[in-house]
Amino acid sequence: MANIDRDQLLHVARLARLELREEEVERLGAQLNDILAAVSKVSELDLSGVPPTSHPLDVVNVWAADEPHASLPVEEALANAPEREGSYFRVPPGGSS
Amino acid sequence: MIDTLRLTAEEAARLLREREVSAAELYAAYRAAIDERDPELHCYLHVCEDDGGEGIPIAVKDVIGTKGIPTTAGSKILENYVPVYDATVIERCKANGLRVLGKTNTDEFAMGSSTENSAYGPTKNPWDPTRVPGGSGGGSAAAVAAGLAPWALGSDTGGSIKQPAALCGNVGLRPTYGTVSRYGAIAFASSLDQIGPVARNVRDCAYLYSIIAGRDPADSTTVELPNAVELPEGEDLKGLRVGVPREFNEHEAIEPGVREAVQRAIELCRELGAEVGDCSLPYSVDYGMPCYYLIAPAEASSNLARYDGVRFGYRSPNGGDRLEMYERTRDEGFGEESKRRIMIGTYALSAGYYDAYYGQAQKVRTVLAREHAQAFERFDVLVSPTSPSVAFKLGARSENPLAMYLSDLLTIPSCMAGLPGLNVPCGLSEGLPVGLQLIGPQFSENVLFRVGQALETAIGFDPVPARLVDV
Repeated sequence: MANIDRDQLLHVARLARLELREEEVERLGAQLNDILAAVSKVSELDLSGVPPTSHPLDVVNVWAADEPHASLPVEEALANAPEREGSYFRVPPGGSS
Repeated sequence: MIDTLRLTAEEAARLLREREVSAAELYAAYRAAIDERDPELHCYLHVCEDDGGEGIPIAVKDVIGTKGIPTTAGSKILENYVPVYDATVIERCKANGLRVLGKTNTDEFAMGSSTENSAYGPTKNPWDPTRVPGGSGGGSAAAVAAGLAPWALGSDTGGSIKQPAALCGNVGLRPTYGTVSRYGAIAFASSLDQIGPVARNVRDCAYLYSIIAGRDPADSTTVELPNAVELPEGEDLKGLRVGVPREFNEHEAIEPGVREAVQRAIELCRELGAEVGDCSLPYSVDYGMPCYYLIAPAEASSNLARYDGVRFGYRSPNGGDRLEMYERTRDEGFGEESKRRIMIGTYALSAGYYDAYYGQAQKVRTVLAREHAQAFERFDVLVSPTSPSVAFKLGARSENPLAMYLSDLLTIPSCMAGLPGLNVPCGLSEGLPVGLQLIGPQFSENVLFRVGQALETAIGFDPVPARLVDV
């Protein structure tokens, strides 16, 4: 049976770029273990010969002609930016990890 | 005087065409209904002002991008987001003489079954405002039920069109995967997400589907419809084979009142000339929910990675370097359910767990698709309740994520197989609507509309909540 401990929870939160507050760590930990116990039901089945389904329709690659067409003007692309500098998105300096 | 509680979109189109009412009068009638009833119900997150536009109003779930109109997905992280382009479905609606009336409430990023996960507060059920309208598309379903829109667009990943339609007493179609473009819609789980119509009757539902369906070069998962959409005339069901899957109709979670209403509808199918037979789908109900709650969160954890405070949406003002900015933005911007699903999904996709969770769930998905395909060798449609229960009380399931997930027990399996599903109201239990779920093979929408229309006529369900009728 799956069980996420505190270290694993914090590791997964880091992978997901979520800074969880202390009260969230406790609450989420308990809830995630309940949910994982329920979804682990899928492992009851022996499906070694069964192919996976990643897409419900029986379709293959779609190719489009490589023709240039208009794209979003820079001003519109930046219209929702939290912060900008000229024609760039502005972000704080990079972190250490 | 326009009675928005009863006006269908088809009738509204006729009134406009024959110049019996103007577009401005039609808009004003819905605006007046919204001003009167929406303070209580909270169906809308944004109502558009009358810009002098023409056409039949339509409400749009707030996960669908609308140029120049705020689009939040029910999330704080998109609080001030205003799309700079229309989703393809909105372009199609506009090209067919429709105008956006407003944006409807939804569980955050369409994750939920009650609309209580909206960062902007829950929507109330028009039949009983102490109860939920279902979710995630509770705003669209409640707006249509309360006469605050003639019809609406919703989105459905595991039941978000069908289940609210059931709880609010309207007709909702989750279309075959790939028939409606998602371009410009906010992604939740891309191998499952579908946009679809919510309406007051089956003909309006079919009409709206005919407007939005079809291949879109901007969404490479879309395909051409093999047959044109037919508006149903619906007289009888002669020659139709109706399957009653035991696991979907005898599950212990199904309330007695729901079971009775659905049994009566099945009996009506027989009286209308259909051949009705039992069948079994042994894996779908038991394994559908676990399968869904691995695949959908896994895809969500990837789709929601884009909300990082860089290009659009909320950015935490609480300083730090770039990594801290990402982490704080996401912690402050996302609600609880979104975080739960991001965490489950990230875990299920992480090294060492991928095969046991995500990979195994994808194989289960094949099993579910196969057993549905097998049933369709014998039957044209499968019937069951849409929701095991009628609308539940606000707060009843919000503290227990797993109890909430079980709301979609009966809608999830067909979604996993990319199958279309139609909710048709089939009666009341305890004064609240009961929904019948019709499932067909891929691209069988015309059959679902035909069955839905015949049953709608035979049942004679009144979609107007009694408490909203002036006495």
